[in-house]
Amino acid sequence: MKIEILGVGCAKCHKLEELVRAVVGDTGVSAEIIKVEDIKKIMGYGVMTTPALVIDGEVRIAGKMPTTDQVKSWLTVK
Amino acid sequence: MAECCGSGTKLIYACSGAADVGEIADRVTRKLRKEGDFLMTCLAGIGAGLSGYVQSAKGADENITIDGCPVACARKTLERIGVTPTSYILTDLGLVKGESPVSEKIVDLMCEKIKKAKGSKTVQERTITGGCGCGGKC
Repeated sequence: MKIEILGVGCAKCHKLEELVRAVVGDTGVSAEIIKVEDIKKIMGYGVMTTPALVIDGEVRIAGKMPTTDQVKSWLTVK
Repeated sequence: MAECCGSGTKLIYACSGAADVGEIADRVTRKLRKEGDFLMTCLAGIGAGLSGYVQSAKGADENITIDGCPVACARKTLERIGVTPTSYILTDLGLVKGESPVSEKIVDLMCEKIKKAKGSKTVQERTITGGCGCGGKC
């Protein structure tokens, strides 16, 4: 699983990364976590507001923080 | 340019329809974007169901649609994904579909009417400080 955290380095972007790493650790999901800070790459996803979370190429949320349960379900429910 | 932290993000979309009023809607939207009050993004991306556009609309503080006529394709495109935008329809603001030659004068007039209808609050509302553009809320 490829997880991308889109953000240019603000506090919410860091919180999202912490949350995702914690959920990945808790669930034991095998995932590659990548931080994307390049604004051109971020906009390449059509994302206009950050932080945003991309899982296997699909943007799951943008502009707000997800809950722990949301991230868990995105990582574990096929 | 993408907005950081999701604070105060106002996204604007044009119907960009084939009629004269659709073209004016497109130009009005681009002019409002250039004035710096809104971030313009692609209505077609939402229509295509592209996740980045859909999630950005859902995560924005406000979505604004500029439609040329009452068919309101832009507004309805947003409503299909469960987002209720602030809607402006140029025929409601005085234009007549098929009888509105595209001109800078009409574009300027429509921009003024939209800003007046919106209360001209957007510039004051959007405070940008610090390096991330979040208005100090992050």
